[in-house]
Order: sequence, then C-alpha cells, then structure tokens
Amino acid sequence: MENNIRAAGISKSFGSQVALQELDFAAAPGEIFGFIGADGAGKTTLFKILTTLLRQDAGKAEVCGLDTDKDFREIRRIIGYMAGRFSLYGDLSVEENLKFFAQVFDSTLQENYELIRDIYVLLEPFKKRRAADLSGGMKQKLALCCALIHKPKVLVLDEPTTGVDPVSRREFWDNLKTVAAEGITTLVATPYMDEAMQCDRVALLQEGRILQIDRPAQIIADFPKAVIILKTEHNRNQLIRKLRKLPEAESVFSFGETIHVTCEPAIKGKLTAAIAAAESGISFQPEQAAGIEDCFLYYMQRADGRENN
Amino acid sequence: MAEKIIETVNLTKRFGDFTAVDAISFEVNKGEIFGFLGANGAGKTTAMKMLCGLLLPTSGQATVAGYDVYRQSEKIKLNIGYMSQKFSLFSDLTVWENIEFYAGIYRMPRQAIITRGEKLLQDLELASQKRRLIGALPLGIRQKLAFSIAIIHEPRLVFLDEPTGGVDPITRRRFWEMIYNATERGITVFVTTHYMDEAEYCDRISMMVDGKIKGLDTPANLKLQFKEKSMFDVFLQLAREKSHEAL
Repeated sequence: MENNIRAAGISKSFGSQVALQELDFAAAPGEIFGFIGADGAGKTTLFKILTTLLRQDAGKAEVCGLDTDKDFREIRRIIGYMAGRFSLYGDLSVEENLKFFAQVFDSTLQENYELIRDIYVLLEPFKKRRAADLSGGMKQKLALCCALIHKPKVLVLDEPTTGVDPVSRREFWDNLKTVAAEGITTLVATPYMDEAMQCDRVALLQEGRILQIDRPAQIIADFPKAVIILKTEHNRNQLIRKLRKLPEAESVFSFGETIHVTCEPAIKGKLTAAIAAAESGISFQPEQAAGIEDCFLYYMQRADGRENN
Repeated sequence: MAEKIIETVNLTKRFGDFTAVDAISFEVNKGEIFGFLGANGAGKTTAMKMLCGLLLPTSGQATVAGYDVYRQSEKIKLNIGYMSQKFSLFSDLTVWENIEFYAGIYRMPRQAIITRGEKLLQDLELASQKRRLIGALPLGIRQKLAFSIAIIHEPRLVFLDEPTGGVDPITRRRFWEMIYNATERGITVFVTTHYMDEAEYCDRISMMVDGKIKGLDTPANLKLQFKEKSMFDVFLQLAREKSHEAL
C-alpha cells in the first residue's frame, strides 16, 4: 500500500544540540502511529518538520508524495495539526473557532460535518462558550475538530491528551479511531502507555533516534527479559530499595499497586524463590507477563546507560 | 489518633450561581500521601486554591497546617509548599536564582538558603548546573528541582498539582520515589494526577465529581467499595454515574 508519510534519514540540529539523527519511518493511510519518548527526545521537532514548520538539515520527508521542502504549500492544505499547547483562540466561542479554521482552509463547517459529527455533538451544548472557559477534555475535543475541519489526509497530534482526565482520554481515543476509519493517517505523541497500546504501530524515541518501532503486541513479544510481578503488605519504597540491591534484578519499578522486577528469563524461577524466601508479606501476581510499559522502561534505561536507579 | 494536617467541613465555593466546590468534608493525616482525583472541571483546582489560601471559600470551614483559611491565609502560604507541572520554576532565571527566589519568598534566613540550597543541588547531582538557565534543562530534571525547591523550607505539607503531566515513564517513577522520600521525612503530600497507576501510590484517595467528594478511602478499599478491579474502572464508574444524572 502507498504510504501517506515517508521519512528517510531525517536529521536536525539546533546549534550543537542534536535533535534528530537519521530517522526513518513510514505510515500508511488509516494508520494510527504513536511516538513515545522523554521530553526532548525529538518528537515535537519531527512533527514540525513533517508539518513544514521547520526544515530538516538532512534527509527527505514526504507527505502523500509531496516533498516537505519543496511542496510545503500543498502539504499545509492536507494536514491537520494539534500543537502541544492549547492553540485555539480563547476569546472566540467554540463555534467561532470552528468557523475560523474552516474559512482558513476555504471550507465550511457543513462541508465536512460528517467527519467531526461524533465529536461535535459532545461540544454542541457549549457552542456559544468561549474556548478559554472549556474544561481540559472539551478543549482537546475542540482542537481535534478544528484540526479535522478541512478533512486532512494526515493528522499530526502532539501530546493531545496530556493533562486530560482518564474518561476524556478514552473518549478522545474513540474519536481518533473513527477518524482513522476514514483513511486519515494519524501521528500522535503520547506519554500514556495505555494509549501506546491503542496505536497500530509505535516508535520509541530517545535522543533523536528510534530505539524500537513495531506493532505494540510485537514489541511485547520481542521483549528479551522476564518480569516478576509482586505485591507487598509492607512499605513499598523500602522493598524497592532492597530489591534493587539484588544483582540478578536488572530493574525494579513501581507499577500501580504492584512492583515489577525484570531479569534474565533463565533465572526467573530462582530469583522468584529467592525473593519469596527473603521477604515476608509478599504475594506474586497470577499473571506474570510483561506489558508495553515494561518494554519501554527497559529500552529507555538501556539506551540511557543508567542501571537500576 | 493521627494528627490532622488538613481538616475541612462543608467547604464550599460558588461563582455566581455555579457551585464549583459543593460542601466537601475531609481530613488529611500527617505524613500521608493524599491523592485528590477527579475529571477536568470537577472542582479540584478550586478546592486546592482555597486550601492554599489563594481563594476565599463561600462557606464552610477549613484549617491547613493548623491555620484557618479565612483569617490566616498568609500563615498557610508560609507553611506549605506548592508545585505544578504547568508552572513551577522561572525558565529565564538560573538554577541558583530560582532557589534564592523561592527560599526568599518563604522567608528563610540568608545562611539557611545557602546551606540548604547547596545540599539540595548535591542531592540532585546538579552542583555543576548551578549557573545554568532553567529553560536549558530537560523537563525531567526541572521537575525534580521544582519539587525539591517546593520543600526547601521543610514545610509540613506540600501540594503537587499534576506534577508528572507529560513526563516519560522512567522520570515519573523517579519523581514518585522523591515523593516517598519526602514523606519519610514527615512531609505530608497532597497530590493530583491523571495517571491511575499513580493513584495506587497514594495512601488514601478522594474522588471528586461535580464539586462533591464521591469516594474517599485507600485505593484497595475504593476498589472493594465500587466492586472494580482497577482505579481506572472506579474513576470510569463515578464519571458514568455523572453522565446518567445529566440525562
């Protein structure tokens, strides 16, 4: 299938600061492609290059066959972009914002209403309200509507759900799935691992490089370590410090009510027995499988060259 | 009985005919991590502003660190720490200037600012970064520094408003380890978050829906009470009840 996004050897530096190093990836029509990475990993720089707001130093990027360097005018007509910060007009009402963005793209609210209908019905009761007075979840829904109002072929979302509550996040992702079903390619940066699982493919970015790129289920399947998942009745922080002293434990992290210990698969049984013998008040979870967050923690920590702590 | 660091009775705030915080009553014990959860627009920020002495309540009572929110808001401000993800440090000041600024606001004596400031930088391994602008530091480091500065005056209580919003999984965990270390020194932590795994790190949690507290207990007991497997499901159940009421 023809790809909507193609990036080959993209590099970008700001002075001596390297933001992106020879990045390659492609995304197909209708694909939801996630980018995960620490602040400063290069996600925003990449998005700005693909949306023609920045020029790369080297490499080639194409959006629907158009070159980001030469064809930036055409590209701007076929992409929708949601910046990391709320960037609608706070003084305009919900309806006025939508009309404004439609007009900028020579379109109308009616023309592509079908695409935004599911989202807009949630906003409609507030259509006379100033955008600045909306709750966080509603602001994000409005921003998504504005980014979709001209029926773009590619949607670029820079951390659209940061600061948004869990219920609104779920609704937002339901909306994204509807949009993807229309064949629109979505690139989305997110710090939430549950959202990473909802992407068709994800790339883990660190210091301007892609550490991993695949379907989430495949990243989990390829995880080279074993994970021991346990709970304690006692002080969690003290237990974490003790477990980190075990040489066989490669990482020890809190995961909600549980603690995850990673190790070589071959010694999992031995390490589990050793922990059970040394600590009281511990219970091991019946399900002992790694998740996407275990994978990302492992790859990020490995790339960091930092161990355990 | 445990010492109470926050006590509220029917604390209420109205803006015109809109009730943002609707008669909430709760207590926070000394030394605990108290999670303050709720959807966007549920009234968390308004409640927090009243507790920090920044906003006068419409009615009800509240004491924070032993001081009354109506009459002793200045005392409250000196005895608490505050940090949020949206606003914490000044990016066009250096690391050391930020330390001096905040410690000065908390009216710490000159010598104490220097001693504790240097200690803080050593603990964070930032001594070499002292003269760098905050804006030049990665977000993860800024967050840790902001938290350390928020408690530089050893307050009895610190408010953290979405301290880990937008932060990667490793940095989030390291940040929570710092929170635990602070509680081990006896500092009480009042924290809001949208990450449900972080809700599990709290000793007790309150769930706010439309200005009211709809649940308040340990994470384990809340899951039992609402018969759900995870805090996310508890959150979802409460929010759905809300939309049923709306219909």
